[in-house]
Amino acid sequence: MAKAKAIGAAAARQHGSVGDVAAVTAANVTKTFGSGDDGVVALDDVSVSIRQNEFFTLLGPSGCGKTTLLRLIAGFELPTQGDILLEGEPIGHLPPYQRPVNTVFQSYALFPHMTVSENIGFGLQMLGKPQAEVASEVERMLALVRMEALAKRRVDQLSGGQQQRVALARALAPHPKVLLLDEPLSALDLKLRKEMQIELKHLQGETGITFIFVTHDQEEALTMSDRVAVMDNGKILQVGPPREIYDHPADRFVANFIGETNFLTAELTSLSKSGGRVKLPSGKTVAVTLADGEFSEGQVTVVIRPEHARLTKAKSKTTLTGVLRNIVYIGTDTHYHLRLPGDTPFIVRTQNQRDTQESYQQGDELGIEISANAVQVLRD
Amino acid sequence: MSAHDQTVGLDTGLKKDQAGATAETARRAEVRGNVLLTAPALIVLFCCASGPLLIMLVYSFLTAGDYGGIIWGLSGDGWSNVFMQRDIFDDTLSIADAHISIFWRSLKLSVLTTVVALIFGFPTAYFIATRPLKTRNLWLFLITIPFWTNLLIRTFAIVEVIRNQGVINTALLSFGLIDEPYQILFTDFAIMVGMTYVYLPLMVLPIYASMEKFDFRLVEAGYDLYATKMKVLRRIILPLAKPGIVAGSILVFIPSLGAYVTPRLLGGGKNMMLGNLIELQFGQGRNWPLGAALSFTLLLIVMAALIIYVRGVGKSDGQHG
Repeated sequence: MAKAKAIGAAAARQHGSVGDVAAVTAANVTKTFGSGDDGVVALDDVSVSIRQNEFFTLLGPSGCGKTTLLRLIAGFELPTQGDILLEGEPIGHLPPYQRPVNTVFQSYALFPHMTVSENIGFGLQMLGKPQAEVASEVERMLALVRMEALAKRRVDQLSGGQQQRVALARALAPHPKVLLLDEPLSALDLKLRKEMQIELKHLQGETGITFIFVTHDQEEALTMSDRVAVMDNGKILQVGPPREIYDHPADRFVANFIGETNFLTAELTSLSKSGGRVKLPSGKTVAVTLADGEFSEGQVTVVIRPEHARLTKAKSKTTLTGVLRNIVYIGTDTHYHLRLPGDTPFIVRTQNQRDTQESYQQGDELGIEISANAVQVLRD
Repeated sequence: MSAHDQTVGLDTGLKKDQAGATAETARRAEVRGNVLLTAPALIVLFCCASGPLLIMLVYSFLTAGDYGGIIWGLSGDGWSNVFMQRDIFDDTLSIADAHISIFWRSLKLSVLTTVVALIFGFPTAYFIATRPLKTRNLWLFLITIPFWTNLLIRTFAIVEVIRNQGVINTALLSFGLIDEPYQILFTDFAIMVGMTYVYLPLMVLPIYASMEKFDFRLVEAGYDLYATKMKVLRRIILPLAKPGIVAGSILVFIPSLGAYVTPRLLGGGKNMMLGNLIELQFGQGRNWPLGAALSFTLLLIVMAALIIYVRGVGKSDGQHG
């Protein structure tokens, strides 16, 4: 603990101002539930830095450890090993009520015996702020989440979306350094969820508070985040901006979890500083980008996003060829499910235009063209 | 705030009445059906509670018979003897000190019993409510064990523990911690301990019922919003457990006030409570009108105490919203 504090303080000095220090740092955090052979490792030596004023998302399937990491930052759990730093200060050992961090709970956890205003003012009251300040801050928060008209309502008389807004206002009112959001949109219907996604992003910009958002919804993560951390099995697999995560997935799990992907086995034939070339099963050679890590020539797995491929009837010169098995119309797009030689599945996605006739039929043997720079080699 | 809510509620209620007369008749028919369902209970209550009460009310205004019973002649002595006594030599009225002190002891011990039962009962209920679902029923089962044995036997067991030659005193004497037996039996303290023991489950069960539905994520939310453990208890857990606390307190207070067996055995002849005083009038005292008047006084005290308590609770509710 003392060591972690020294490191934090050193980091603060080095950067001169607090503004340059990471908002939250997890330093080699391990969390085990239970002990001995029955112990479950929820987080396995996780290290990540979350910047100031960032909309940071922890993305992963249920049980991947994302909520545990959030609860460690909030203080509901204590790390088994490692420490949590808030602006360079170790806080891993502090109880939740001593951390300037607030949470929006998945269940909202609004106090049912209080009105909307009393819920929002609770944190400020507990901090011992004078009555007048609490009242004016509550007013401001009510305006921020557009709930002025319902200030005197009891929270059990509110709809799900309204409760969501109150939970948000309650967590923002004490001006936390970091706002933690634990799948707050999962209980809302699709339309409301989309609205709240935009509203949350807007709120984050307006308040300038660092948001750490937990979700299992990849689309939600891509829509809102400045950076995303993809988690599985208690580990962080990749951290980066949404575009990077989507276009340059690091491994099979990330590529598979975010969006639809085609996996192919290929042979890495040459390496350069920025990328290399692989030989596809069809015998054609294409330029590729590489995930972080060490690579040597030989067999690798590559991914190609369905929208980065195009179908054509002229199949002699194309990178790949396949037999069309299925055509799935989904409104905005059409998905073409093909089989490559060797029975490898491959999906091509085309955006639909009005008045276009379907020009392919099941059983057609077609050529597949790949856009430039669309092939990514995975770390295996 | 609650007054404001009530007027709003009345207002909308009136509007609804005007709006739907047909809905009103349908509702009335339903109410009639529901009233029929309660008829058996109402009949039992009338025969066994209201009827005897009416008889007692009449008795309290009659003259006492020389060998018990009553003589049919109007008299205010029953009621005046509740707080006053007539000197047997010169017929002057003076305040009945003995009665006053019994009233006071009953009230004091009942309030104390309720408070102590709450202090012991709340943590117990909280503990049970926070157990995993599987073990909860076992704990509840343990709470009900005292009910398996007759109250008289359980009280005699307490006597056996606390009397001068009982378990506690014998142990303390043999360890040399005291030189002579410590008088516990036949004190107010003994009565209070006995009543707390007897009525504790009546406090635990309603509080448990209200805690069982409690969403413990609210506690986390409280901690998250800078509330310390004490503040979470005061501002979140207690207000939400209040229905259980109110019910438990009422369930303990009322039987305590009229308790008979416990004060009789643990308090002895000197430390009487209201129940014993009433019994005395119908027995050795041979003053049925006084006993009847005392019974009604007890009833009035209970009603007054409940009104004050529920009003007080309602008021603090208004503060928190």
